[in-house]
Amino acid sequence: MKTKITVALTGLNNTDNPGPGVPVIRGIRDSKEFDPRIIGLAYENLEPAIYMDGIVDKTYQVPYPSEGSDVLLQRILDIHEKDPIDVLIPNFDAELYAFMRSEKILEKAGIKTFLPTLEQFEERHKSNLPEFGERYGLSVPFSKPIMRIDEIETLKDDFEYPLMVKGKFYDAFLAYNEEQVRMNYNKISAKWGLPVIIQEFIKGTEVNVVALGDGEGNTIGAVPMRKHYITDKGKAWSGVTLDDPKLLDLTNKIIKAMKWRGGMELELVKSNKNELFIIEINPRIPAWVYLAVGAGQNLPEALVKLALGEEVKPYTSYEVGTMFVRYSYDLITNLKEFEKLSTLGEL
Amino acid sequence: MQIKKNIAVSETGFVFNPTTGDSYSLNQVGQEILGHLGENRSPAEITSLMTSTYDIDPPSFEKYFFDFISMLRQFELLDEENEN
Repeated sequence: MKTKITVALTGLNNTDNPGPGVPVIRGIRDSKEFDPRIIGLAYENLEPAIYMDGIVDKTYQVPYPSEGSDVLLQRILDIHEKDPIDVLIPNFDAELYAFMRSEKILEKAGIKTFLPTLEQFEERHKSNLPEFGERYGLSVPFSKPIMRIDEIETLKDDFEYPLMVKGKFYDAFLAYNEEQVRMNYNKISAKWGLPVIIQEFIKGTEVNVVALGDGEGNTIGAVPMRKHYITDKGKAWSGVTLDDPKLLDLTNKIIKAMKWRGGMELELVKSNKNELFIIEINPRIPAWVYLAVGAGQNLPEALVKLALGEEVKPYTSYEVGTMFVRYSYDLITNLKEFEKLSTLGEL
Repeated sequence: MQIKKNIAVSETGFVFNPTTGDSYSLNQVGQEILGHLGENRSPAEITSLMTSTYDIDPPSFEKYFFDFISMLRQFELLDEENEN
């Protein structure tokens, strides 16, 4: 018999810049062990998963973490009081800090999470990547956080153009000259705040790994993927699982060294000399995680089990050559649904 | 000169490199050549087999053959490490 469980999660924005909510839900719904009730936590009332059939059972609107961690936490606790949550899975980088800080309060209230520690979260931050690489003996591109626009003209002392201009949470642009750096600096800092990260551009092929660490240094699962097609927002529209032991060795090395706890996405570039550079370590499950589920590793289900304190056997294989292709779809809904969520904050 | 062991070649000539995620399509002649390489035949043997099957002289075939081989090398499909 399947275990009944209520899982609340964010990341319902299955848009052209998709959040991981829908694929995580699909993974949990595919579980042979859980009979889940899914509570969607929506920041915006047009996040598609709210209206999709068979995805969320109930949606609550929540305030952005920028309105204050305490406000967000209180809203979660209020929801929990009337609609008890067993496991909470935050799916955005920008909200993780608030949930990591509140982990003990949530636990006390009976809401389980499985998140990286604050130290792990900070250590792998884009702005700390050079120190991170040095500490663990990993190749990372040279990068430098900048806080002021007048620092841009001095970049030529440390970098060769083109270079990457990145937001601390999201967004990355290739810039060929100072003017383009300035333009992207303004765009990124207005959206994500400071610092803006300047990173050496490594020419090569981008590859990614979705992985799950148990917090003790063990890798519960890991699946590497190469993007077949990338949208103008830099998101994978299609991808295929790879058979590359070097990628898995590197993933295991990172998880072991950091004792990583929770989901992660490694973004890497394989240079033309076949050297692997770590571009980013994202502290959560990525939006393409359903590819891993399709390839035989149900990482969202494993994450739920870890949050519940269950023993989880590491996955040892996956189907190489499994492919995903995203699609867009016009979902028809009634204005009443939208109205209900907009006025009452729940649907 | 051999194709890497993990390279998958389907009956329809679809080639998938699971290390890089790249895929390619081969025509009938390309499939035949890959088949000969898979049987560990030498370039001289392949030239002899192909020129006896198709209406092409050995120097012309070799020009195309080695061009094809350098393409396979460039796409990292050849097992260079285990070459004698």
